[in-house]
Amino acid sequence: MAQSNNSIKKILTVAFALCIVCSVIVSTAAVALRSKQQFNQELDRKTNILNVADLYESGMDVNETFESSITPRVVNLETGEYSEEHDPATYNAFEARRDPAASRTLSGEQDPAGLTRVETYSTVYLVGDPDDPEQIILPIRGQGLWGLMRGFLAVEGDGNTIVGITYYEHAETPGLGGEVNNPRWQAQWAGKEIFGSEDALAPAIHLTKGGASGENEVDALSGATLTSNGVTNMLQFWLSPEGFGDYLAKFRTGVSQDEAQGADVELEAEGA
Amino acid sequence: MADATPKGVLTTPLFKNNPIALQVLGICSALAVTTSMSVSLVMSLAVIFVTAFSNLFVSLIRHHIPSSIRIIVQMTIIASLVIVVDQILKAYAYEMSKQLSVFVGLIITNCIVMGRAEGFAMQNSPKLSFLDGIGNGLGYGFILMTVGFFRELFGSGSVFGFTVLETVQNGGWYVPNGLLLLPPSAFFIIGLIIWVLRSLNPEQVEENEFKIKANSEPKEAV
Repeated sequence: MAQSNNSIKKILTVAFALCIVCSVIVSTAAVALRSKQQFNQELDRKTNILNVADLYESGMDVNETFESSITPRVVNLETGEYSEEHDPATYNAFEARRDPAASRTLSGEQDPAGLTRVETYSTVYLVGDPDDPEQIILPIRGQGLWGLMRGFLAVEGDGNTIVGITYYEHAETPGLGGEVNNPRWQAQWAGKEIFGSEDALAPAIHLTKGGASGENEVDALSGATLTSNGVTNMLQFWLSPEGFGDYLAKFRTGVSQDEAQGADVELEAEGA
Repeated sequence: MADATPKGVLTTPLFKNNPIALQVLGICSALAVTTSMSVSLVMSLAVIFVTAFSNLFVSLIRHHIPSSIRIIVQMTIIASLVIVVDQILKAYAYEMSKQLSVFVGLIITNCIVMGRAEGFAMQNSPKLSFLDGIGNGLGYGFILMTVGFFRELFGSGSVFGFTVLETVQNGGWYVPNGLLLLPPSAFFIIGLIIWVLRSLNPEQVEENEFKIKANSEPKEAV
């Protein structure tokens, strides 16, 4: 039998049959479960958005609450205006940032969060009346210690007061940097202010060691200096005119959008 | 392997011939996924499933596998099973699959699965092979759960996510041991487990391959 098993014909037959059988099994599983997986991903994203807006309660119908209280809009990061050409339901910022036509490169001091590329259009989520929102939820991301951290920041309708922050994807050390998702740490963010004064364009919000005192300070994570720097740097970037600064100026009283547009501000990058 | 009995193949891998503690296989994933017990449990179940079914399928077609391509045949079967497990986790246990991330995929490279397919399933009947897969998966799972228990208890002060020792971050008294949350700590715990198992079963202790000669007296040396 060993002889016949090792004939070239037998080898090819076994290899071919095995490949067919395995690929059928694998593709059946992938296709059959795809809708369920996409549903889970969607649900996870919506849960995170509701969470950061402080609207989430366990056991609630996430899809229904999301539909009724949140409106996604696509924002042009360069002008701060809503974009009509992109449909918020289908626009995918993740794909856009890999497309040279829909994104731009960042370098050096422009890029404290270590992003390299940033999309031109980004999706924001508005809570309440889309024309006069109670909360604005901004997607943020940036390098932590071990890798990219992705999350949401919820800001009140005045474009200055923070409601909450959450990270839905990060690779920080559990127990140290991973504490970014500790509810006790996240609770400190409520009521903090992004900008130091009414007409400031550069965000002042940052993490600080040894006890936060001001309106723009939040306690750093103990034992996680690099993760804390990462959080500060990504907020500095996303809230500056390079990021959502132009857009936030729409809601603020002290600065106009024209001032914010193209303003060159110095970002307070830490440990960069 | 002629004396393999259904009961034997199921129980010996637990303590007597544990894949991690005695054969020292599958260490990488034991380091990576044991920061919490619930993650260790899901990982153990996934490995039990994959080892059992890869053994079963390899054993079913063992008379038809040409010896020249047997490793790649085993690999294909294992990889397909792992992809199926990964897809199922993503669909039905999304939170868990996010925490396990790449490690489910890395079951493919877990030496235990391959080792059992090549070392046992190629020579034994499907039923025995299936049980052997479950047994070895259980042996792996046993170590994972033990390591996970100590790491979660002393690293985050909880067991299966329920708080046992209130940590300082949450306003309690317990200062968690940060080392236990990092992968190297699993080496210490696995080392201690191996020590305990070998003290209980002295026949597991290998003969020294070398014996260092007693020091010669200075006078003799000159």
